[in-house]
Amino acid sequence: MNGNADDSLVKVRGLSFRRNERVILENVDLDIPRGKITAIMGPSGTGKTTLLRLIGGQLPPLQGSIEIDGLNVPALKLPALYELRKRMGMLFQTGALFSDLTVFENVAFPLRVHTRLPENLIRDLVLMKLQAVGLRGARRLMPAELSGGMARRVALARAIALDPMMIMYDEPFTGQDPITVGIIMKLIQQLNTTLGLTSIIVSHDVLEVSAIADYIYVIADGRVMEHGTPTALGRSQSAWMQQFLQGLPDGPAPFHYPASDYATELLEADDA
Amino acid sequence: MIWLDSLQEFGQITLKAIARMGRGNLFFLSVLRALPSLRGGTDLLAQQIYSVGVLSLQIIMVSGLSVGMVLGLQGYNMLVDFGAEQSLGQATALSLVRELGPVLTALLFAGRAGSALTAEIGLMKVTEQLSAMEMMAVDPIKRVIVPRFVAALISLPMLAAIFSAIGVLGGFFVGAGLLGVDSGAFWSQMQSKVSFGEDVLNGFIKSVVFGVVAAWIAVFEGYDAVPTTEGVSRATTRTVVETAFAVLGLDFILTAVMF
Repeated sequence: MNGNADDSLVKVRGLSFRRNERVILENVDLDIPRGKITAIMGPSGTGKTTLLRLIGGQLPPLQGSIEIDGLNVPALKLPALYELRKRMGMLFQTGALFSDLTVFENVAFPLRVHTRLPENLIRDLVLMKLQAVGLRGARRLMPAELSGGMARRVALARAIALDPMMIMYDEPFTGQDPITVGIIMKLIQQLNTTLGLTSIIVSHDVLEVSAIADYIYVIADGRVMEHGTPTALGRSQSAWMQQFLQGLPDGPAPFHYPASDYATELLEADDA
Repeated sequence: MIWLDSLQEFGQITLKAIARMGRGNLFFLSVLRALPSLRGGTDLLAQQIYSVGVLSLQIIMVSGLSVGMVLGLQGYNMLVDFGAEQSLGQATALSLVRELGPVLTALLFAGRAGSALTAEIGLMKVTEQLSAMEMMAVDPIKRVIVPRFVAALISLPMLAAIFSAIGVLGGFFVGAGLLGVDSGAFWSQMQSKVSFGEDVLNGFIKSVVFGVVAAWIAVFEGYDAVPTTEGVSRATTRTVVETAFAVLGLDFILTAVMF
């Protein structure tokens, strides 16, 4: 494991999760260091998003422990879990903005629900959060009027509204144009440093993640395949790792879905 | 063995249905447990009563009027053979208050408001808004489900009352206005033969029961929808179909017990 375990904000030990008998995660160990950007990478459908949901306590694990700041998430009662979640932010893949509220009200939502601040203070806080993501001018727009990238930035402003200690990003770069990707990368880095956050990014965008992450875990087939700094992983000897990092279509991860012999199957069709 | 396969399939379907019923009941319990949270959110409730109840007024009023007018016509044709057209007021009012008001309102409500509730909640699930709420330490049952459930519960009996009232007026316009039934007889027959305790109250109880069922089905189907576009469209259809079956079935039972 990386570094001293006491520096970890999130400690995952022996985590297993199944969905309808299908193994999604099997005996996963992770340490997310405080104040750093840690990426969880891997092919689609390997349970990266599931892992975020497990960390956020939205799914109960089959086995194992998930400790956040000393609290074991699966064992927490709902009120304690909600208290913990107030200190966590999460950026969903789609942004998940409330479609019936304006940009301003979306960012104000957690403040209105969880604090009793006077209206003028809420206004100032919301404007500050929106300024941080560069969308103060868009505060009167409805979510339907935003581009995908803008929606994610508003969602980011909402996620930091309560000044959390950590923030989880679910596929923040997927489906965005290069400029937006650049903006989101800059925001993730900037917020991490200026707010002293701990960031967890789930993604399969190798280049972007390698550029900003301090540490990377690669998950495939429900297990941690490798972990290390971006440079260390780049030098990995594993053929699978090289296939993943370079995006090669065939290799240890086969191009073809498992099937019977091609020629035999074609001949069978003739017989029938 | 073909019969073994179909037996297995039947078993699977049954198990799935039972599991869904179980989820539905657990969901209902969690909604009931979250009811006290409504105290802090009266503005949310008002908003929902508007979108669930007020916006359904149009279809309820138009349907009520047309049903009442048809009842006036049909009732008159039948009663006039016995020279009993003076009883038109009683006949119209009793059919509306006891049966047609609560049942038709519940069916229309499922089509207009129930399906909209399911689609709205289902889409909130698809777009991860419900998950986002959970991650912001806000219980979606309290914030999203309870106001909608209670709004539907409050709206349906009121809409049923409006349906019946407008229906009676429709019957009156046709009977007294067009067909020449004495208007004094129309109202006095109704007043003397329709009992508040027996007919109006039982009709009201029916609409409250239908309100609970329609609201429960609508919010549960939305919350339980498979989070895809196809899943939401299926859930919306299920809301209308299930509410119709439940309302018609319950209506028979309630009628047998009450009258």
